[in-house]
Amino acid sequence: MAADTHDAPVDSGFGQVSRGKDVAFRLLALAATLVGIVSLATLLTNVAVDAVGWLDWGFLTSPPHPNPYEAGFLPALIGSIAIMLLIALITFPLGVGAAVYLEEYANDGYLTRFIQLNIANLAGVPSVVYGLLGLGLFVGFFNIGYGTVLAAAFTIALLILPIVIISAQEAIRAVPDSQRQASYGMGATKWQTIRNVVLPRAMPGIMTGTILALGRAIGETAPLIMIAAPTTVFGIPNSLFSKVSAMPLQIYNWASYPETEFQYGVVAAGVVTLLVVLLTINSIAILIRNRYQRRNAQ
Amino acid sequence: MSTPEFSHDDIRSARGAAFRYLFMLCALLSILTTVAIVLTLLVDAIDFFAQVSLVEFLTGTRWSPTNEPVTFGVLPLISGTLVITIGSALVALPIGLLTAIYLSEYASERRRAYLKPALEVLAGVPTVVYGYFALVYVTPALDTFLPLSTFNALSASIMVGIMIIPMVSSISEDAMSAVPDSLRQASYGLGATKFTVSTSVVVPAALSGIFSSFILALSRAIGETMIVAIAAGQTPRMADLTDPAGMFLDSIQTMTAAMVQIGTGDIVGQGVAYKSLFAVGLTLFVITFIMNLISELVASRYREVYR
Repeated sequence: MAADTHDAPVDSGFGQVSRGKDVAFRLLALAATLVGIVSLATLLTNVAVDAVGWLDWGFLTSPPHPNPYEAGFLPALIGSIAIMLLIALITFPLGVGAAVYLEEYANDGYLTRFIQLNIANLAGVPSVVYGLLGLGLFVGFFNIGYGTVLAAAFTIALLILPIVIISAQEAIRAVPDSQRQASYGMGATKWQTIRNVVLPRAMPGIMTGTILALGRAIGETAPLIMIAAPTTVFGIPNSLFSKVSAMPLQIYNWASYPETEFQYGVVAAGVVTLLVVLLTINSIAILIRNRYQRRNAQ
Repeated sequence: MSTPEFSHDDIRSARGAAFRYLFMLCALLSILTTVAIVLTLLVDAIDFFAQVSLVEFLTGTRWSPTNEPVTFGVLPLISGTLVITIGSALVALPIGLLTAIYLSEYASERRRAYLKPALEVLAGVPTVVYGYFALVYVTPALDTFLPLSTFNALSASIMVGIMIIPMVSSISEDAMSAVPDSLRQASYGLGATKFTVSTSVVVPAALSGIFSSFILALSRAIGETMIVAIAAGQTPRMADLTDPAGMFLDSIQTMTAAMVQIGTGDIVGQGVAYKSLFAVGLTLFVITFIMNLISELVASRYREVYR
């Protein structure tokens, strides 16, 4: 614990200036800050090096295969994208609606605080538990079918909904009140103010938050396992009710293969592909945010 | 100023009300989600407890859902979860706290502007990737000087720890930034160094926020699934307090990893093993829900104090 480092000479700090300890602590804190970043960078370099020679056009356009030299990622890649698009369609309207209600309509009563606390709690529920929710509700109760595109999308949509709501709330809160007042002053109704003033101003922030949440959705594995999505499928999903795999599931499956060609080659290629897709998604979010910030500064 | 205008207003206000209730439904969906989670877990868990006694589940020291003799004692899974939680806490809590102190007290505005997003990346990496890192890179690296099993709690703990660093550092930093500058100035005025100000003024003043970040991070570690399922293995074992090193060097099984094992097995039917999924899930949900609630309540305290 960090507290231990100062336990012994607590009093010496006051009255006498001990420069050496100050510098040492500063360096320690900086080192701690860099630990996570540096270890991640090291691991990423390792995986990137291992993926060389494995991540090629053939890998991206073929189905999985027991022979590592013929194994491909296409069904998982398409599956992930299909699930993600559906999740966006589900979470965007629901998340924005909930955020608009909480920020613009709800008064600061007992119910609002309860909803707010509940959303914060939902954001911390383990993803594997959401998987059980999907299994019980969408697969069991609504009978959508084990491991289908629709069951996967609904399950993960519920999982990221709290994150979308919280970030949309922040974006809406950032719209200055003066603009609402100006709109009301022109005789606009509440709904007109929200539609014409608040939402357009908050939209870049809402988009950024939603896209970042989608980035998280694409990496989710445990909920897909719980709703019994197959770890390997050989074809591209052609309906909402076809069985679907996803990039992280395929990686999980490959990681359990004992052959070194899989461990250090095929899986590394899969990991790099997943991270590149994730990076692309996050860059889009950052681009939107930067463009919006620049426009605001003008 | 005649009737048509009034009816126009009526339509406008009716539309306004309609949207209000539509949005309210979206917000209430979150409560519905919580209810649905509790119900789906309870329905099958109750079925499970009709066949396996609650006492046996909570006090049994052997977890064997599919192999004869079939027993459902959850304690080995809880002890495995504890091992990972303690291990990742040893990594994430000191590093996260020091990071928060650095970002809040030492780092320049410029440096913080790129360090913070860089740290957030840690939490955004898919956990299946961390699991793979632990299995394929960290374990072989540690194996050169430690007697490690292929699957072990140590690599998994380190990876879970790295993943939760941003949860500790970002909430702790918020709490430290909320400490009024007057407190720092008063301390500097007495001749204190930055070290003293950080550790004797800022950290104690931000303690409720720091505490809240610790609980939240531990809750994440408890619920983390893919890292432990891939890297820590599937060996349910009771923690042996006389041999703490053994717990970390060998394979263990956490609650979440046990759920993955059952989920990937061929017992998708309606047997007891399948129902045990929901009993373990319920246990996990209750533990993390209570921790998240405590974290949220403690955090709201520091937000109020300095508002």
